[in-house]
Amino acid sequence: MSGIGLIIAAALLFGLGALCVLLWALNSGQYDDMKGDAERILIDDETAA
Amino acid sequence: MGTVTPTAAGIAWEDLSSFPRTNRDGRTTFDIAVKGARCANCIAKIETGVKSVPGVEDARLNLSTGKLCVSWSGRNAAPDVVLNRVRTLGYEASPYEAAAALDANAAEGRFLLRCMSVAGFGAIFVMGLMDAIWYGGHDMSAATRNMFLILAGTISVPVTLYASQPFFRSAYRALANRNSNMDVPISLAILLALLLSTAQTIAHGTQIYFDAAVMLAFLLLIGRYLDYLLRDRARGAAKQLAAMQSMLARRLRADGTLETVSANAVMPGDRLFVASGERVPVDARVEGTGVDADISLVTGESAPVLAGPGSLLRAGSIVAGASAVLVAAARAEDSLLADLARLLEMGQQNRSHYVRLADRAARAYVPFVLGMAVLIAVGWLLVGATVTTALTNAIAVLVITCPCALGLAVPAVQIVATSRLFERGIIVKSGDALERLAEADTAIFDKTGTLTSGKPELLNRGDIPPQILQQAAQLARASNHPLARALAAAAGDGPVAMDVREVPGSGLEATLDGAICRVGSAAWCGLPPGKSSELCFRAGDQPAVRFLFRDTIQSDAPEIVAALQKRGIRVEILSGDRDSATAELAARAGVLNWKAGVDPKEKAAHLERLRKEGRRVLMIGDGLNDTGALALAHVSIAPGTAVDAAQSAADMVLRGNHLLPIAEAVDVARKARRLVLQNFALAVLYNSTAIPLAMFGLVTPLVAAATMAGSSLAVILNALRAVRTSAS
Repeated sequence: MSGIGLIIAAALLFGLGALCVLLWALNSGQYDDMKGDAERILIDDETAA
Repeated sequence: MGTVTPTAAGIAWEDLSSFPRTNRDGRTTFDIAVKGARCANCIAKIETGVKSVPGVEDARLNLSTGKLCVSWSGRNAAPDVVLNRVRTLGYEASPYEAAAALDANAAEGRFLLRCMSVAGFGAIFVMGLMDAIWYGGHDMSAATRNMFLILAGTISVPVTLYASQPFFRSAYRALANRNSNMDVPISLAILLALLLSTAQTIAHGTQIYFDAAVMLAFLLLIGRYLDYLLRDRARGAAKQLAAMQSMLARRLRADGTLETVSANAVMPGDRLFVASGERVPVDARVEGTGVDADISLVTGESAPVLAGPGSLLRAGSIVAGASAVLVAAARAEDSLLADLARLLEMGQQNRSHYVRLADRAARAYVPFVLGMAVLIAVGWLLVGATVTTALTNAIAVLVITCPCALGLAVPAVQIVATSRLFERGIIVKSGDALERLAEADTAIFDKTGTLTSGKPELLNRGDIPPQILQQAAQLARASNHPLARALAAAAGDGPVAMDVREVPGSGLEATLDGAICRVGSAAWCGLPPGKSSELCFRAGDQPAVRFLFRDTIQSDAPEIVAALQKRGIRVEILSGDRDSATAELAARAGVLNWKAGVDPKEKAAHLERLRKEGRRVLMIGDGLNDTGALALAHVSIAPGTAVDAAQSAADMVLRGNHLLPIAEAVDVARKARRLVLQNFALAVLYNSTAIPLAMFGLVTPLVAAATMAGSSLAVILNALRAVRTSAS
């Protein structure tokens, strides 16, 4: 019985954690320019030197 | 690739200081709408280019929206230098006037996504708890079962209430307008399911729909988000257009310098500088010598006319000859463009009367479902059941018949259909545009720029000695006049004559090899006037030569006319051009019904007349003078070469200037409509098998969940069929 309680609590925490990460990513604008981000990976970093 | 406006690089002293905004932290940001950026190269080129402007600290281009955000601290960088840097890199750029409506749209998308993720989290979690009860409930102690239910309830009630806000709001809006839409039964089902489940949990009953409620919200939010993506993707292009469209004016200050202001800031009496090829921002009078102007906006006639000193040029006219100084005669809101904007608005209001298929289904469905629930409650009471049993069974019917699949039926088909059209080069701006296109029974084409390329073509090339053509082209290259440009294009690349003088209404003059050469009207070269589409050339004392031009017909124009007629659509041409030119083109394209010499207001009136006759008109046009008609038509398409205003007024935009995709769009739209109707039938069929069970109180929450997921799946699978090409 206490085992189930522990597992449910852990599942809840994990789920909420994932949700929070998603909401954070949304709010910090990481989904605002999907097309641009896809292209940006192709740009060479010129400040490497 | 964008093109550089002829003057853009030349004027480095325009004053843009009214555009940058200073943020609270002291940094200044300046937003620029950039057109033509497509790939990583463009991003790198623009960002590094702009960052190298002295003072600029950061530049970031959003490729999805075309918005370049440039920032610096203090007052270090000059906005005009930044703007010109982007232009010299080869992209069209203009200051971005942030429209609040566009930001609100992005916020809506983020809100939907947030609701969807919250509902997704809730659905998975609650389903885990509830499924344990449905499948393993017999082996559970009553205490464990109760704990699971309470847990499921404490999660699903707040989660569902939060995530269902889009439905609640929409339902409330509809009810407040004494209307109903699909969101009314959805909201009702969600609220009642939560209420019933909570009551049953307390009473240790079995009718518990916590999982169904969350799942309902989740599945419906997927549909809603698909619908949003559909509108947003197309609006990405429109967003840029709206920004580009914000009219700017160059005002001459007393000291002779120029400042760039929004057209709304221009007062009558201001002196405006309009460069060759640019649009006149407000109604204005010509100062000094005359101006060659393209007034197709007012007349539809593409050949430029001479506006003499003191004559009035309407807003939206294009200066076709040399750059000119004009005196503003009216404010922007009193100018012709404002008239057009009003036509546009009228059209959009007109269109908002259109009831989407989903809402039409809802209007039939809602009374049916509510009536059924009431009947069942009454029936149970009549046979002597308790009030609780009667209510429980009535609510079960409401939950189980909730149009979950109906909510997915339309957006699922439309996103698949528009994706397919997108690949074929047709941008569809809204889902209901497809529904409206499927209903079209009349197609009206504009002539110039739509059925024709809008660019005159040299007709009598074979009669002209190549050397004469080259000489004439040297002069023609210096001008922005459409015929001169056509002449230059026909001659190919080559040198430009020095010191070309442009006389408005007449032509060009320059000295070549010691002889005075002239290109222009027949009178300018000492010939009697001929047809209107001609240029003459005279070198010194030699006899003058005529260059004849004709607007080229779009290669697939006859094909598209035939294709539409084969699909039962009547084709008409409505043109502002002369009778003879229109008749000739109509004959070549195979169109029997045509009307020439129609101005923008008459175009709109003609559409209104057809609408009253009960015809559903598909309007295809490209010019500013078509904008009102595009907005007023039942559905409208603009070619990719159309002016910005026409592209933003139209429901669909073709990516190239080929017309044949229109026939495919009609096919896809009709097929999508068929699939949507099939989906409705599927959803109703699925739900109605469960209704008898619910009526007799036999339905279990597990059946409810299975029906919901099953019918949604069937609907989505059916929607995918829209990708498959019919044998065309």
